[in-house]
Amino acid sequence: MLGKRINHSLHQKQNIVVCFSGPTLEKVLKIISRYPEGKQKSAIIPVLHIAQEEFGGYLNVDTMDYVAGLLGIEPIEVYEVATFYSQYYLDPVGKYVIETCRTGPCAICGGEAIQSYLEKKLGIKTGESTPDGLFTLKTVECLGACGYAPVMQINTEFYEFLTPQKIDKIINTLTKKSEEEKAENSKWTEKFF
Amino acid sequence: MDRKILLENIDIPGIQSFETFRSCGGYLAVEKALKTMAPDEITEEVKKSGLKGRGGAGFPAGMKWSFIDKKVDKPRYLICNADESEPGTFKDRYLMEKIPHLLIEGMICACYALGANTGYIYVRGEYKYIIGILNKAVREAYEAGFLGENILGTKFKLDIVVHSGAGAYICGEETALIESLEGKRGNPRIKPPFPALVGLYGSPTVVNNVETLANIGYIVNNGGEKYTQIGLGRSTGTKLISACGNINKPGVYEIELGVSVRDFIYSDQYCGGIKNNKELKAVIAGGSSVPILPKDLILKTASGEDRLMTYESLSDGGFVSGTMLGSGGFIVYDEDACIVRNTWNLTRFYHHESCGQCSPCREGTGWMENVLHRLENGEGRSKDIDLLVSIAAKIEGKTICPLGDASAWPVASAIRHFRHEFEFHVQHPEIVKNVNHGSLAKYVG
Ligand SMILES: Cc1cc2nc3c(=O)[nH]c(=O)nc-3n(C[C@H](O)[C@H](O)[C@H](O)COP(=O)(O)O)c2cc1C
Ligand code: SF4
Ligand code: FES
Repeated sequence: MLGKRINHSLHQKQNIVVCFSGPTLEKVLKIISRYPEGKQKSAIIPVLHIAQEEFGGYLNVDTMDYVAGLLGIEPIEVYEVATFYSQYYLDPVGKYVIETCRTGPCAICGGEAIQSYLEKKLGIKTGESTPDGLFTLKTVECLGACGYAPVMQINTEFYEFLTPQKIDKIINTLTKKSEEEKAENSKWTEKFF
Repeated sequence: MDRKILLENIDIPGIQSFETFRSCGGYLAVEKALKTMAPDEITEEVKKSGLKGRGGAGFPAGMKWSFIDKKVDKPRYLICNADESEPGTFKDRYLMEKIPHLLIEGMICACYALGANTGYIYVRGEYKYIIGILNKAVREAYEAGFLGENILGTKFKLDIVVHSGAGAYICGEETALIESLEGKRGNPRIKPPFPALVGLYGSPTVVNNVETLANIGYIVNNGGEKYTQIGLGRSTGTKLISACGNINKPGVYEIELGVSVRDFIYSDQYCGGIKNNKELKAVIAGGSSVPILPKDLILKTASGEDRLMTYESLSDGGFVSGTMLGSGGFIVYDEDACIVRNTWNLTRFYHHESCGQCSPCREGTGWMENVLHRLENGEGRSKDIDLLVSIAAKIEGKTICPLGDASAWPVASAIRHFRHEFEFHVQHPEIVKNVNHGSLAKYVG
């Protein structure tokens, strides 16, 4: 059944000040203004997408309360929405969230074997994240790409006609990319300090 | 039988952009509509065309539009349903990706016909890059003066807003979609009142599927009469079919309604036959919610006629020996498919996606999932099969929205046509437990 629980030990309000940066706030206000006067609540889904992306990849209570304030609605109205839709994460996730499709058409084209392969490759079970915080492994329902099965989505990207070889390549590329980004960052401190 | 309406220009390089689309005759329908036709004339042409809703229910589009009472002094809305989440269905994604302006052109004509000054496109949240494509197309249409104030120098004004969902199959149901668009959980509303009377923000609203709206440009340009010459009988026009499963050429095909199912599965123009030279076992012809049919009944009706890809032919025989065209999600199963496992998988999907408002759906989908799970794992009891039939019957027709029915039909039809496979699972637990389900079918015989 649709609906997730907010895990209270993790999500107790920490009273951290959450605030969109200038350009993001501008974008958010523009999105809100697309809906008729008095119907700003309509913007909640897109605004929560942006908030999740900006504030650590998941929605904690502080973030949700901030969004409620922006839209002029009660926090409970945001919790209701955040717990209903599967794209909102209420727990921390890795940098790359791997979501493999587990629904019928993908399942008959080898989707289940792909999931087991991913578990083995990453050394984690579905629902878990790798200790380095790089990957979270999940399953999702039909992604609307059944003709290209088996299918997974990593953040915004679709990966289709999956095979173990393809998975090796994707995981290795992402790992390498992340290491390069890290190296880039350390060079930055070298340069400026 | 291979005339095309929607994908005719799909291979022209750059057709995604406004300029190329326009140079291939795009937006002529908007010019014709706004400059030479009265709004109600468009509705009349759509009625004449016989165009049925392409989202799954097949309700005549023109008739739906005519339910809008224009005397009510409230804003009117058009919502394009691009939530596409019915397992097996991936046609709207293809259309929006390849030729987004076709949808926008259709929406402008539809909004003009309805007297709506705002149109929303509700796109499922997982289609992130599609949201980008649509936003770009909408921006281009504004820049070219086809959206905004005083379109083409007329008094007509229209804004189109691309809105994203966030992962919930139920938001494809039109009233759940409206709730979601209002910023709430996607809980379907009790009907009546229908959206035509009380829809978005309490205003008269029409909800149409992407493909339905993409047909409007052709109808405006060529007239409803011309549209009826394509297709077969009351199944007018073409239909996008998204074919998947164990076939050689999965993908999206625009078929002229009336092609035979056999041709669709076996000809090289379409699915190209069953993969790895295997035998066809069963087909779900219109998205996961419609009844599954075994090979014999999908190729021929119970009375022995060739089954055709039309609304009427696919539903010939009712639910006893027929199915539905539905959303056009065509899922093909080869001889190795385990029907019990597949039914369990789909039931798990419906349980996961139930919004939880109605007890029969919320509880019933969970019970069916549990019972099917134990059957699939060789722990079933002989009474389980009848138990499933009885649960399905207690969900069907007793819920707020059709998701309840959609969860019951696959179970009821799988048992109706493949009862021996369910019985095999009960009678041979040791085989079921030890054999990979991919080769189980050999034992069942
Ligand atoms: C559970 C459920 C899911 C649905 N999902 C979709 C969908 O993803 N896309 C769609 O166009 N219609 C979907 N529908 C049908 C819509 O309720 C509605 O009938 C349709 O959008 C109307 O458009 P049409 O008349 O142009 O087909 C769904 C219906 C139900 C009950
Ligand atoms: S039938 Fe199921 S999905 Fe539809 S309203 Fe009832 S509980 Fe929700
Ligand atoms: S079943 Fe996997 S994308 Fe549709």
